[in-house]
Amino acid sequence: MTLYDLAFGPFAEFGFMRRALVGCLALALGCGPIGTFLVIRRMSLMGDALSHAVLPGAALGFILGGLSLPAMSLGGVGAGLVVALLSGLVTRLTPLREDASFAAFYLISLALGVLLVSLHGSNVDLLHLLFGSILAIDDAALVLVGAVASVSLLSLAVIYRPLVVECFDPGFLRAVGGRGGLVHTGFLALVVLNLVAGFQALGTLMAVGLMMLPAAAARFWVRELWTLSVASSALAFASGFFGLVLSYHLGLPSGPSIVLVAGLAYLASVLCGPRDSMRALYFRSR
Amino acid sequence: MSGSPGSAIVLQNVTLAYDGRPAIHHLTGEFSRGSLTAIAGPNGAGKSTLMKGMAGLLRPADGLIQHTGLGGGGIAYLAQHAEIERGFPISVIQTVLLGHWRRIGWAGPVNRELREEAHRALDSVGLAGFARRPIGSLSAGQFQRVLFARLIVQDAELILLDEPLAAVDWRTSEDLLRLIVNWHREGRTVAAVLHDLDQARAYFPDTLLLAREPVAWGPTREVLIPQNLRRARHMSESWSGEGENQRPVPGPWRAGLAGYPEPLPAPSLTVPRSRGGEG
Repeated sequence: MTLYDLAFGPFAEFGFMRRALVGCLALALGCGPIGTFLVIRRMSLMGDALSHAVLPGAALGFILGGLSLPAMSLGGVGAGLVVALLSGLVTRLTPLREDASFAAFYLISLALGVLLVSLHGSNVDLLHLLFGSILAIDDAALVLVGAVASVSLLSLAVIYRPLVVECFDPGFLRAVGGRGGLVHTGFLALVVLNLVAGFQALGTLMAVGLMMLPAAAARFWVRELWTLSVASSALAFASGFFGLVLSYHLGLPSGPSIVLVAGLAYLASVLCGPRDSMRALYFRSR
Repeated sequence: MSGSPGSAIVLQNVTLAYDGRPAIHHLTGEFSRGSLTAIAGPNGAGKSTLMKGMAGLLRPADGLIQHTGLGGGGIAYLAQHAEIERGFPISVIQTVLLGHWRRIGWAGPVNRELREEAHRALDSVGLAGFARRPIGSLSAGQFQRVLFARLIVQDAELILLDEPLAAVDWRTSEDLLRLIVNWHREGRTVAAVLHDLDQARAYFPDTLLLAREPVAWGPTREVLIPQNLRRARHMSESWSGEGENQRPVPGPWRAGLAGYPEPLPAPSLTVPRSRGGEG
């Protein structure tokens, strides 16, 4: 068994592995830039909360349409957007800040989702929703993930400049009439879209893992905004690849394997990345 | 009464609210075109709120703020720093290029001419060669120069500056004041919130002395007299309810600081022990 056989064998041999890999590629292309912006805008935990918030929507779609992709995706997007909008409303109209109002709504949402699934489905279905099933990804799901990635990249190209300014100097954007609120909402919509695409593969619990971990790790390799996005996508895809290989050979569930590989990449970056890592700090202080 | 063609901003009996409370009331007057006005007053006088109102970011709760004849350049507004993400991965030249927003908008291309304009602006603030530096590596003074370069690029008829010289070293202060005077010479209308009254006396022909309502508005040497300053301080003392019991503090504006309401004590994290009885 050569290294080639170990690494590429499973993909050469099995169609479902190839589809899973392509799915990971599409996911990585969308999640990379979005995750980078989430990290930069200090919205990392909000991304996590959003990923849990999509559960009742997906559950409702599942109840009404079975394990149907369009139904669950539509439901997930709906739920995610509702949570984002409601917490935005509460933040704007009451003294409660965004983090608390988001936490409140996503927890309500999550509990609702778990309730719905346990009432109407078997435990296996709940596991699928929570943990994903990337190996069961079919062509329809691939098309969805690919479409989401394309839409995300195109939209980001359009809103890139106002998004950057909205993070960097929101006062300036307001002063020149740049419609910061619209950009923020548009960005949230993109996050929800990518999370819904991700939960097919990784489940709602960990869909955000492929967004956040590579973006956090990329910080220790490159500095500029667009290179951060590219590095995040690259790391996300690499995590997908090695996670799938690992899960294949060791018989582990693939969703958590992918996210754990991303986690290892993050730890390695924190410890020994070229920029501002622990190693760099240690050598700087000597 | 709409403003005469010689005025850039007209305020009619303006009341501006902040956080639900009136921050400024009964402000009437005008900034004539090409004027250079310092806006001074104790802390809490509503100066920042006034700036926001004039920049169009805050709608008056009462009264009218009218802009006349602004042309294509619009209004350039420099806010106080609080909201800028200093560690953001953006370079100096990218920040300055944002000044072209009216010409490029969300996704318009930046051609060579716009880029050269930005570089010239950087040169004029003394930051030639800093174009590619990330803004996180700049000192406070250098960063303020970058923001001024952005203002230069905006090429606006009306320039509103909210505390442009706060937390900046003396040398940068002088350089930036010279830029402001230059704008004045170019015929632009400039208004700036200042805390250093000597700078106002040295560089600004007009001053608006504010203490939630106008105390005096006119030529600086007529406005910044001890009598007016005392009156402004006295007015500011009434905001926090403290009066003559205050100990005298040097300088016209320290009283404003002392008169500011005390922050609430931080909530204790442990249950206080009862004095008598079991501890």
